[in-house]
Amino acid sequence: MKVVLDGLTKIFPPRIGKGKGVTAVKDFTFVIPDGTLVALLGPSGCGKSTMLNMICGLEKPTEGKIFFGNDDVTDLPSELRGVGMVFQNYALYPHMTVYNNIIFPLGNLKGEEKLTKEQMKEKADKVASLVQIEELMARKPGELSGGQQQRVAIARALVKTPRLLLMDEPLSNLDARLRLQTREEIRRIQRETGVTTIFVTHDQEEAMSISDVIVVMKDGELHQCGKPQEVYDDPSNLFVAKFLGTPAINIFEGRVEKEKLMIGDDTVLDVQGARDGAVIVGIRPEGFIYDKDGGLKCALDRVEVMGRDISIVSKNPACEAPVVRSIIDSDERPADDVTTVSFKLRPNKVHLFEPETGARIRFGKGRRIDG
Amino acid sequence: MIEKNNLKAWLYLLPALLFMIVFMVYPIVDVFVYSMEEGYNFVSQRSSGLGLYNFSYVLHDTYFLQAVKNTFIMVIITVPISTGFALLIALALNSIQKLRELFQTIYFLPYVTNTLAVGLVFMVLFKKTAYSDGLVNLLITFFGGESVDFIDGPYWAKMFVMCFYIIWIVLPFKVLLLTSALASVNKMYYNAAKVDGTGSFRVFTKITLPMISPTVFYLVITGFIGAFKEYSDAVALFGTDLNAAGMNTIVGYVYDMLYGDSGGYPSFASAAAIILFVIVLTITCINLLVSKKHVYYS
Ligand SMILES: Nc1ncnc2c1ncn2[C@@H]1O[C@H](COP(=O)(O)OP(=O)(O)OP(=O)(O)O)[C@@H](O)[C@H]1O
Ligand SMILES: [Mg+2]
Repeated sequence: MKVVLDGLTKIFPPRIGKGKGVTAVKDFTFVIPDGTLVALLGPSGCGKSTMLNMICGLEKPTEGKIFFGNDDVTDLPSELRGVGMVFQNYALYPHMTVYNNIIFPLGNLKGEEKLTKEQMKEKADKVASLVQIEELMARKPGELSGGQQQRVAIARALVKTPRLLLMDEPLSNLDARLRLQTREEIRRIQRETGVTTIFVTHDQEEAMSISDVIVVMKDGELHQCGKPQEVYDDPSNLFVAKFLGTPAINIFEGRVEKEKLMIGDDTVLDVQGARDGAVIVGIRPEGFIYDKDGGLKCALDRVEVMGRDISIVSKNPACEAPVVRSIIDSDERPADDVTTVSFKLRPNKVHLFEPETGARIRFGKGRRIDG
Repeated sequence: MIEKNNLKAWLYLLPALLFMIVFMVYPIVDVFVYSMEEGYNFVSQRSSGLGLYNFSYVLHDTYFLQAVKNTFIMVIITVPISTGFALLIALALNSIQKLRELFQTIYFLPYVTNTLAVGLVFMVLFKKTAYSDGLVNLLITFFGGESVDFIDGPYWAKMFVMCFYIIWIVLPFKVLLLTSALASVNKMYYNAAKVDGTGSFRVFTKITLPMISPTVFYLVITGFIGAFKEYSDAVALFGTDLNAAGMNTIVGYVYDMLYGDSGGYPSFASAAAIILFVIVLTITCINLLVSKKHVYYS
């Protein structure tokens, strides 16, 4: 089912007096195509949970409309929306067994849809095998590990075959290993069921690895959306560029002089079409080419081995962070006595931004699109 | 090391233990002994021997049987009604936002009011004399009914007032505990249930009730025990001669045997007290057994 969010705004009224209130989501417009897995990505407090709560009907939008398919559900009560939700802390009923937790939503069906005990069991067994928790059915949630609880929560959300599955940071309580494993599982389950899914996370790696589309938001506003690779390769502003990618993008203060990009005193790249003046330069770690003829010079700090690649950690006074991280092939490891490293840059890994607004400055052959 | 710690623990417990032994264990044992001593004389402090005669006497005493009957009726009527009613009020309180504290205070007022004062008010409400009717009787006659003397009239009327009174007295405490129990249920369970389309009755029976079951269970147990020990409320309504009023309770019977007009029979009093003890113990054990199945502790 396609989901359309049209100008969604949520302002929480102030608790006391006539203050301004908190704008948690601001004029959010987005279309989620049928059957896709969308990752809603943003830093803590940017309104992700509020967004999900509006979609599932627990919060009423201050303005804007929500459509499920062609139906306007903005004023439809939560009970009637047919949404499956995995809560940030699972919200499994602690006094019920796993089995009873899973069939709980089925017990709400009325009239024609009412199921017999056997039908419920059949459905429960089916989702349980999907998330691989068959052997846990008799336990209580308190007797499960975080990852198992999370899978029970997914099973409970899936059992009524929801039109839409919402997951609010379902992996935030898991350890790194389990997190990796479960996110693969979520991807697999989503593929198998084909249910349109919105997945909230503040972990960009998680978002990029499993979703069809990522939506980057900040302070309640949509900053960019698209396929993970596209958003990564072509960030529309400084925030998105900084937010995506590990190790993070390296940010430098620089300037453009006669279509040449300068960092400090080094001329590092041809930037055709960029206007002269100060810019913020973002260089992805993989955008560095270790080359003694390179324009960008940095003081070598240390070399970290990461297996196939190595990471050169160096210092540059123009860099916003204390160190510059570049990832290069391990064959090109600098010699031990080297103190200054030079880099050439890959133009498609270098992004320029307006210093004031953070808007992207595009450059390229004969192309010039300013922010 | 562990033994040393154990010793320390016992040392710390000693004062409390001493108090317990002097003021609880010793009297209980003493009551047992009294209840077995036959023909005990209060003046000479002598008895003619040990046996079960005291129990036999008490169990054949019509006043005692009346007291047992009264007590059981009070327990069976007041415990479920007061708990259920308190739950309804607590749910209502929990669902309103405005003026909640005000209502909570109002509901709690009877609890901090003196029993005898409340009894006086009840007298005014329910009493009927040759010259005047109480407020309740005025209402009854207004709606075309026959006025009843609730304080000196038929048994059912007196029992009605008694139960009404007990419920009124215990309600605030139960409401208070249940409101806080309800407020402590995490809202996310309700949200999850809502998204799954759960009706409010099912939410109540499947989520709210199990979540607050420890509090409900606590109230039922203490309610049972409290109602079995009912006495002062009966005095507040019907005066000290409860046997004449036919409204005596087991504790009242014990008191009468010790100090009342027919007083001076500590052996009978002790036997009655032991019987009450056995009854309360049995009921509490049954409660505990039932709770094993139905009470959820997180
Ligand atoms: N009920 C509320 N009343 C007032 N303000 C609220 C309420 N709920 C959320 N907010 C505010 O709205 C903003 C967005 O909150 P939200 O819970 O949606 O963030 P989030 O993106 O889910 O964060 P996290 O990643 O930490 O879960 C925050 O600034 C928060 O303080
Ligand atoms: Mg959140």
